Amino acid sequence: MNLLAQHLLSVLIWLPILGGLLLLVIGDDDDSRSAKAGMMRSSALLVTVLTFVLSTALYIGFDNAALAMQFVERLAWIDAINAFYYLGVDGISAPLILLTTFITPLVIISSWDVIKSRPAQYFAAFLILEGLMIGVFSALDGLLFYVFWEAMLVPMFLIIGVWGGERRVYATIKFFLYTFLGSVLMLVAFIYLYGKTGGFDLFGFMNVSLSLTAQKMIFLAFLAAFAVKVPMWPVHTWLPDAHVEAPTGGSVILAAIMLKMGGYGFIRLSLPIVPDGSAYFANFVIALSLIAVVYIGFVALMQKDMKKLIAYSSIAHMGFVTLGFFLIWSISSETGAGLGLTGGMVQMISHGLISGAMFLCVGVLYDRVHSRQIGDYGGVANTMPTFAAFMVLFSMANAGLPGTSGFVGEFMVIVASFKANFWYAFLAATTLILGAAYTLWMVKRVLYGEVTNNNVAELQDLNSREFFVLAVLAVSVLVLGLWPAPLVDMMNTSIEQLLAQIAHSKL
Amino acid sequence: MNLVDYISAAPEMTLLGLICVVLVADLFVEDEKRVITFWLTMISLAITLWVLLTTAPSGSIVLFHGAYISDPLSQAMKIAVVGFVAVAFLYARDYLRANDLHKGEYYVLGMFGLLGMMIMISAHNMLSMYLGLETLALSQYALVAFDRNNSNSAEAAMKYFVLGAIASGALLYGISWVYGVTGTLDFAVMAANLAADPDMNSLPLWFGIAFMIVGIAFKFGAVPFHMWLPDVYEGARSPVTLYIASAPKIAALALTLRILVDGLGGVHAVWADMIMVLAVLSLLVGNVIAIAQTNIKRMLGYSTIAHVGFILLAVFCGTGKGNAAALFYTLTYVVATVGAFGIIILLSRRGHEAENLSDFKGLNQRSPWTAVMMMFIMLSLAGIPPLVGFFGKLNVIDAVLSSGYTGLAIVMVLASVVGAYYYLRVIWYMYFEEAEDQALLQASTDTRVVLGLNAVAVLALGIVPGWLWALCVTILG
Repeated sequence: MNLLAQHLLSVLIWLPILGGLLLLVIGDDDDSRSAKAGMMRSSALLVTVLTFVLSTALYIGFDNAALAMQFVERLAWIDAINAFYYLGVDGISAPLILLTTFITPLVIISSWDVIKSRPAQYFAAFLILEGLMIGVFSALDGLLFYVFWEAMLVPMFLIIGVWGGERRVYATIKFFLYTFLGSVLMLVAFIYLYGKTGGFDLFGFMNVSLSLTAQKMIFLAFLAAFAVKVPMWPVHTWLPDAHVEAPTGGSVILAAIMLKMGGYGFIRLSLPIVPDGSAYFANFVIALSLIAVVYIGFVALMQKDMKKLIAYSSIAHMGFVTLGFFLIWSISSETGAGLGLTGGMVQMISHGLISGAMFLCVGVLYDRVHSRQIGDYGGVANTMPTFAAFMVLFSMANAGLPGTSGFVGEFMVIVASFKANFWYAFLAATTLILGAAYTLWMVKRVLYGEVTNNNVAELQDLNSREFFVLAVLAVSVLVLGLWPAPLVDMMNTSIEQLLAQIAHSKL
Repeated sequence: MNLVDYISAAPEMTLLGLICVVLVADLFVEDEKRVITFWLTMISLAITLWVLLTTAPSGSIVLFHGAYISDPLSQAMKIAVVGFVAVAFLYARDYLRANDLHKGEYYVLGMFGLLGMMIMISAHNMLSMYLGLETLALSQYALVAFDRNNSNSAEAAMKYFVLGAIASGALLYGISWVYGVTGTLDFAVMAANLAADPDMNSLPLWFGIAFMIVGIAFKFGAVPFHMWLPDVYEGARSPVTLYIASAPKIAALALTLRILVDGLGGVHAVWADMIMVLAVLSLLVGNVIAIAQTNIKRMLGYSTIAHVGFILLAVFCGTGKGNAAALFYTLTYVVATVGAFGIIILLSRRGHEAENLSDFKGLNQRSPWTAVMMMFIMLSLAGIPPLVGFFGKLNVIDAVLSSGYTGLAIVMVLASVVGAYYYLRVIWYMYFEEAEDQALLQASTDTRVVLGLNAVAVLALGIVPGWLWALCVTILG
């Protein structure tokens, strides 16, 4: 057990990757209903559930008061350039890892008998992706971080491209090239920092002093990588395309976890490594975030495609995350600054759950009717009452209803922005109206009213598999909404430490 | 000097002797038993490799009045070229047999080319460099025309020969000017003379260097001396393209390092800008034009041009780090390229050259393993971690940045984003499209095993690149 505790993060990373490789080795046969395909599904589920169970040890063994990184592993990797296999978590990354291990099994269950072609490759891609995402959240070495960060694109590229919709090739290439373009600039920044510090250790990057010009350049390079990933206006255009074309499972992972990489990058790299550069560009980022919140909110209102609508709503909600992170310099009191950061983090976790659930809801409808157009539905509540109940709950959460997790993060960020500037808060608070408008209007058109056509009339309500997935998510959305303390407590120490780091100029 | 000192040149002598044996033995082999020639060739390469490993000097030794050098660089490069040529021969065998091209000349010419490469790698004098270069070039011209009934091959060979002759002429002309200025052909003496007399750094020297760089750029295929490369890649039969695309790149790097670093390292400022312009042009032109290609051999030809840009930018730095990065990049690039052409050959069969991108459609359905191998290789060429191509790019960018050229580094990464598109397109065809051609892939077990190892090497070298990088740094750093 002790050995496991010492290598917990490695196990969490490599167990799914090796499981995925094993699925690839066994391979598919032609019949998706065969016993072999069933075995593939079961083993994929087994691996992800096991990963989740193991990851609870991360929560149980986590010391909320510790200042240092926990579950640290450090092995020599490339001696010649001082790159290490260096893993560890703090209160910022641990919740995101838990989110990853929590969402992935749900995705596996939700795609159970939906994926007809080459199930082994499909599940293998998700398993490998899970391992790589956990790798991103736990890497403390810049080069290792970058390797996981880029490698992650490949399984997602294949998931969208192979199992996606009609315009999947366009969407997936756009997704890959957009994110790749941002990332390579981050790589240049890493190599520059390597030249300064003689290693890739992130703490080395955080401690080295840098001129303001260098900090500005590095900040912009990081911004290119993270803004694309979040995504921030105006580099968000890949996201609606990718979401619309991706299979349901791909959309869920993309919205729930991959978008969080951008936010995580800001908080783990931009803020502590280039605090003065971040301060210099803070108002710029705040402006972009507010545009995302307001303008993208209006764009979402006009969507006819449910997946596109949720995709735009994701962009607007992620605007809150970046807004919360970059308010620090506009707020004089320290508690307020901490509130923005905490709010952004809570918003990331909560958005992971809610957007994942929303995409799963659309997936449930799509599997039955094979349409994502709002106009093709109407009166679904009459034929699918249980489903309608879940969808209403998640929509309320998406609109930020108190009592759901969606409220907590948004509220914290709005309070923090009030302390900064009235107009920031004013614009940010429009989301309460806009979010409610676009989500509830969609709900009204899809769920309520008369049954509009035969497709809807013939709908079957949730099967037990779908019920289970949505119920688990519903419970977690409510629990986190009513009692966010465990999550906030977990992050507190790390966020205070981060604030101290940011306050310390590196010039 | 004792006879025993000449043992450092034993690998070349052994290889030459063995080539003659294979050449004569092949006369007595009947057509249907041509595989005997193949195995004789493999045994010859194995013996050469064994001699290489056993006669390695510690440190460096200069022989034949300064014409020949045996040092760690030559040792490492020679092991690599012998290995890559052997792998190329193995991939080529089944194809040649299936297309009635299984003739001894392929192997004999290939080995003569190898001899030329080894002489280039060990050259310590302008003339022995030229000698090796021409031995290699003549073998390649003949190899391209090897399928003499094929008009494409004949056209490509003609183009290659004429342009190659002009480039050799330019190189030789440049050598004569540099000889006139420095009074020597020996690289070490040249470096010493240049250091001793700053007056030599004058217009005539620059003029000579410019011509030599034309020659080097041609042999490497750098823009604007790249025109032959896509045509030759496309026109030659796939096994010949495989040969030309692999080991000779290492020899071309030897040519560059020996002349520019060993001989003219002291006047780095004179040639650096020329190399930089060629390199940046190669990066941009290669990557952009590759996007428009539908023939995969031609596409890989343009991709080569882009990779040459990276290699030349590493040399441009003029630092030990840069040279080591160039060596690392070239070696790992060749590992991936050999695999790519190996798979192209695997997809071809009698009467069907798999040279269009569309031949890769639906490869995942036909053979998931081949598709995965090709995906690894394409991702490596695109520079996506954790595959080895990423670390090649990382080292070059590091070298460029530590020499203070931030702008260049940004151009390099942006060019590789452009490049990523056409590599992704191969993956797209393999995975996202339906197969048009359902023929089963056939390959003998040894080819399959080596091809598998080749793809694994692309991944494994990416996960643990440290030892190879350390080796390159020890040799050149």
